[in-house]
Amino acid sequence: MIELDGISIRSGAFALANVGLSIPAGTYAVLMGGTGQGKTTILEAICGLRTVTAGRVLLHGADVTRLRPGDRGVGYVPQDLALFPMMTVRGHLEFALRVRHWPERAIVERVAELAAVLGIEPLLSRGVEHLSGGEGQRVALGRALSFRPRILLLDEPLNALDEATRDRLCELLRKVQRTSGLTTLHVTHSRSEAAALADKLLILESGRLSERPVAALEQLPDDLIAAGGRPR
Amino acid sequence: MSEQTAPHRAGSDAPFFAVMGTLGGSYILLIVAMLAADLAYTSPRNFADALRKPEIQFAIWLTLVSCSISALLSIWVATPLGYLLSRFPFRGRWLIDTIIDIPIVLPPLVIGLSLLILFNIKFNETSLEDLLHEHVRWGQWRLSVTFSQPAVVLAQFAVACAFAVQTMRVTFDQIDPRAEQVALTLGCRRSQAFLEVALPQAWRGIVAALTVAWARSLGEFGPILVFAGATRMRTEVLSTTVFLELSVGELSAAVAVSLLMVVAAMVVLGIVRILGTKAKAAA
Repeated sequence: MIELDGISIRSGAFALANVGLSIPAGTYAVLMGGTGQGKTTILEAICGLRTVTAGRVLLHGADVTRLRPGDRGVGYVPQDLALFPMMTVRGHLEFALRVRHWPERAIVERVAELAAVLGIEPLLSRGVEHLSGGEGQRVALGRALSFRPRILLLDEPLNALDEATRDRLCELLRKVQRTSGLTTLHVTHSRSEAAALADKLLILESGRLSERPVAALEQLPDDLIAAGGRPR
Repeated sequence: MSEQTAPHRAGSDAPFFAVMGTLGGSYILLIVAMLAADLAYTSPRNFADALRKPEIQFAIWLTLVSCSISALLSIWVATPLGYLLSRFPFRGRWLIDTIIDIPIVLPPLVIGLSLLILFNIKFNETSLEDLLHEHVRWGQWRLSVTFSQPAVVLAQFAVACAFAVQTMRVTFDQIDPRAEQVALTLGCRRSQAFLEVALPQAWRGIVAALTVAWARSLGEFGPILVFAGATRMRTEVLSTTVFLELSVGELSAAVAVSLLMVVAAMVVLGIVRILGTKAKAAA
């Protein structure tokens, strides 16, 4: 469960004030909104990379507003993926487990399981520099899921992929979310992605978050959800 | 009408390359001409004679050792400082930036003088030099800094480190902090994100900083002369050798040693360049 209780965020000229949000446990929520509305900023506030100036962030009922990112147990896939350039794919999947001092055998098992689910077994010993867009997305997703977080944040994870890869990854996201009961918040500009994934549809417009019925997706005006440039 | 339909010709690029090449090439020419003049002035015999002198052999040894120590010390300090300055926009960072630039803009002689004063000014009738001499000991041996070998390293470090910090700061500026942020969400402490994510990406910058620091140390002269003195077989490094030989009229020996420094610098730069290209090929 993800709850934002009247949070305010300020960074330079950009500011969000008194934003509220509630996503029940196990729900796949999709967040849409025009470029520069602050969707990424909201994700960063939830995972702890951005400090909020007012309000509270609650995850499964616990107030994590003052917790550091590493103590929140949130899986995060940023828009630019931010893979670790000097690490192999296996290194990415093991990273959070080594930090948590998992026993060697458990790590090996978990990595094998993740690689099978994500279909990246042949890539495990490779570096990340020459991965394709879809492969990179899978690695970033595997890294975020490795330590079995209960909350997953995805920032335009299927951007810049061809349609076939997009559809396959959509299916994969749905499957992963269903089987592990993750509470997911997924930012996108794509109606088809939203239609395929959303249990709950949220729109960010002029600093206000509002819920819309998923069925109303087609009626939403384009400028409400349009992409263009890199949202912050 | 005919003006508009005539095909346009961009014209020759030759004047561009001629002007740019001449302006840029003049500097290359100056460097090569200086080295050529040095080579013409000396002879292989002069060179061999200079190398046979025990004073100069000692200076070569002390130069290699002191430059390497000061370069390693510089990296040890510059990496954390560069990282902090690059990643954390704390209050008063401009002041730290300004302080780090002081050794770069200050005349080197002034740095030597300041070190000399720092170690020998008396507080409560005792100086830093006295304190170290009193308390840092190993059996019969006692540490002295001023006018001895530690002063050589410290004088080199005081200047070289500033350049290493600049290099490391630029290095970390060019590394995207996102990866470290994601590492934090995966359960890392800052130290783990630094050691396991940022530092491996910075190794090329570390090699560059090491080279810059080593080269600056090799060229250091004024501060060493003031703070460490130029005692033969004790605190003489190659840059002071040039000065000492020159001051007693041994111009040919001075030139021979100068060329030796050129060779040493080129060897170091060459090694680094090879390391760099090898790593690029491996990546």
